[in-house]
Amino acid sequence: MSGHIHNTDDRRELQMARSMCWHCQSEMAGEYFCDRCVKVQPVSKDLDYFTCFGLPRRLALDPQTLETKFYELSRAFHPDFYQNKSDAEQTISLGNSAMLNTAYRTLRDPIQRAEYLLDLEAGSVKDIRTTPPADLFEEILELQDTLDEFRASDRASESASTLRTKLHADRATLEQRQRDMEAQLQQLFGRWDALQNRGETTEQARAERGRILKDMRDILSNRTYVKNIVNDLVATIA
Amino acid sequence: MSRIVGIDLGTTNSLVAYMDHGTPRVISAHHERAMVPSVVALTDNGLIVGDSAKEHLTRNPERTVYSVKRFMGKSLADVQGELAYFPYTLTEKGGVIRIKLGEKSYSPPQISAMILKELKLRAEAFLGESIAKAVITVPAYFNDSQRQATKDAGMIAGLEVLRIINEPTAAALAYGLQERTQGTIAVYDLGGGTFDISILKLKNGIFEVLATNGDTHLGGDDFDQLIADLFLTEIRRQYGLDLSTHPDHMQAVRLEAERAKIRLSDELKTTASLDLPDGKGRFTRELTRDQLDALSIALVERTLGPCRLAVKDSGLAPGDIDEVVLVGGSTRMPLVRQRVQALFGKRPHCELNPDEVVALGAAVQADILSGGTTDMLLLDVTPLSLGIETMGGVMSSLIRRNTTIPASAKEMFTTYVDGQTGVDIHILQGERELAKDNRSLARFRLKVPPLPAGVPRIEVTFLIDANGILNVTAKDMRTGETQSIEIKPSYGLSDQEVERMIEDSFKFAADDVSARKLIEARLDAGALLTTTEKSLADGGHLIATGDVAAIRTALSALAAAKDGNDPRAIRARMADIEQAAKGLTVAMLDDSLKQGLQGKKVSDVTQS
Repeated sequence: MSGHIHNTDDRRELQMARSMCWHCQSEMAGEYFCDRCVKVQPVSKDLDYFTCFGLPRRLALDPQTLETKFYELSRAFHPDFYQNKSDAEQTISLGNSAMLNTAYRTLRDPIQRAEYLLDLEAGSVKDIRTTPPADLFEEILELQDTLDEFRASDRASESASTLRTKLHADRATLEQRQRDMEAQLQQLFGRWDALQNRGETTEQARAERGRILKDMRDILSNRTYVKNIVNDLVATIA
Repeated sequence: MSRIVGIDLGTTNSLVAYMDHGTPRVISAHHERAMVPSVVALTDNGLIVGDSAKEHLTRNPERTVYSVKRFMGKSLADVQGELAYFPYTLTEKGGVIRIKLGEKSYSPPQISAMILKELKLRAEAFLGESIAKAVITVPAYFNDSQRQATKDAGMIAGLEVLRIINEPTAAALAYGLQERTQGTIAVYDLGGGTFDISILKLKNGIFEVLATNGDTHLGGDDFDQLIADLFLTEIRRQYGLDLSTHPDHMQAVRLEAERAKIRLSDELKTTASLDLPDGKGRFTRELTRDQLDALSIALVERTLGPCRLAVKDSGLAPGDIDEVVLVGGSTRMPLVRQRVQALFGKRPHCELNPDEVVALGAAVQADILSGGTTDMLLLDVTPLSLGIETMGGVMSSLIRRNTTIPASAKEMFTTYVDGQTGVDIHILQGERELAKDNRSLARFRLKVPPLPAGVPRIEVTFLIDANGILNVTAKDMRTGETQSIEIKPSYGLSDQEVERMIEDSFKFAADDVSARKLIEARLDAGALLTTTEKSLADGGHLIATGDVAAIRTALSALAAAKDGNDPRAIRARMADIEQAAKGLTVAMLDDSLKQGLQGKKVSDVTQS
């Protein structure tokens, strides 16, 4: 049926330029509300989620700060408070709220936050096929075979029980691998934030940034790969 | 801004509430209960709603509709399994169930509209102003079609539905307002026909729903049915009687089962008793709470799965929940309280009347929308994942369940064949992998300019608004033009149909209004006839005989008009009497003053 493309190349340059109020056409100085006519303004599609929350582009975020800001912006944008306003304002409130909710959901989760940051800095992770490291690839091929064998087996048989034991062991190994990857990611997040905080613009810093982003992208991609396999495995042996 | 009322449109009972200087209150008609049974009956005098309609359940079962909420937004195939339990006739037209009442068939939104209209009239009579806007509650687990059907019902009833809100969230609003709670709460809502569980975080006036789950086909009705089935089996065994051929007795069994269940919430045993047809006497049976518990345990257990899932989806453990709030009449059952307490390890709260708390919360939300309350804000979620069908009949999720609403997702579409002019899009709701296992919401055809394959780029935005209802817009990225999309709902009334039903309801309303006017005029005329007769008897001697005769003539003219059907004629004759009796009234007043003054000193009169 439908030919749908995943939103590739949807990335736009961050645009900080202030525009005019849609209502009174005065120069916009306020953040989300016109200073002159106090009308709510549509949040620009080009505004990234970090900026929207007034946060620097860092991977370590204080969940309390994020929540407080989310509640504050929800009170500013939610359609409940625009019921008596014009249609134009209601439409803006709806759009802003939907955007705010997406932003909060993305930034609240450390993995989604990292994926989003990668998307901003280097293009979407999902669009780049990275090949998993050879040892992981081998391990998973073997696991796939065992899974197929188990699915085909008579569950009550002895061989099925042996396979089940093996699958349980494989699951433990993979879950350990997941934990290792989480730890590596945490470390990369820390390195990224530290580098950003230093704010160096040297060639060396640029290269370091590139390396960290590439490593993050690889681990995030492998993590998804392993996660899907683990889900499949858990569903099969449950 | 005109007043907005809050309405709990329940499976078995409905209520309307309003905000009275910062406190939500339910509205009850004169000396009646606030609850209006969600029952509509067709009688010889037309359609009736509520308590009087409930009496027709056993007298007139084929023409008395109850539990219509179970059919909202459903097709006949959806409810096939339970059709046998309903004495009224159900058919289907255009993917929407129709309920036959006499010569006419009504869609579930039309029947619900009759209940809403009754609530609207009650509110208008109580508040002394006309009501045109409402917040209506729905089970949190209602899908898009069911929400849309509820909105349609409101429109047909002549109400602008400013917001559809979830019942457990409404309850949380009422509860939070009263208790000033902070922290994580679980709202367990077991109503007449639906079950919901919602986990919320309450902080500084923000009510953030973290997760919700439920079953839109599990409620008090199902417990009643289990007890009724037990009675029916025993009646068959003991008396050789099959009551399924006696719809009136079937209803009597169901109602007696419900009463026994309610009594067993306070007592450990009770006696159920039923008249049998064909001169078979009475069926009497003792039912103990233990027996009821044994019958109901499987149903109660069925509510616990969704509870665990909702807690898990919130990223919490049952022990993390600070408070548990019980909502819905069925939570009065001791077994339910016991199991809920065991699951969360906490004694559940039931300070607020579980029948009224949802309507109260709807009134609070109405107040927020009208700008009366600004310190509270509800952030709700969509209960089911929304997606589209992709190649191979697989559902691709666009907005996941438990996403805070409003929520939007954009998807880019293109063509596979040169010159292709349309792309068919099938919108689904549900958690299953395959499209066919999920709920079909709607289909629409995206118009595409004829271009080489892959060149058109149409961006479709799926937006779930604050009501949990889907809106779709499309934009051609090449031209920047937006295109309006005609969506054909899979299980709902088309816009034209709703329009027509609104018109019909105005027609009925006009009939209703004139009928009401006639009834009121007759009542007033009756009262005037009585008082004037009495005045003539008491004071006729005070006026000229000619005047007495004139009053008598006017009285018989009114009596004649009262038997007619014209309220205006009645009012005119009433005015004639008032005119003719003016002298009599004055004479009587003078006389009573004179009587009262006798034997009193002037000083007493002036002082008093």
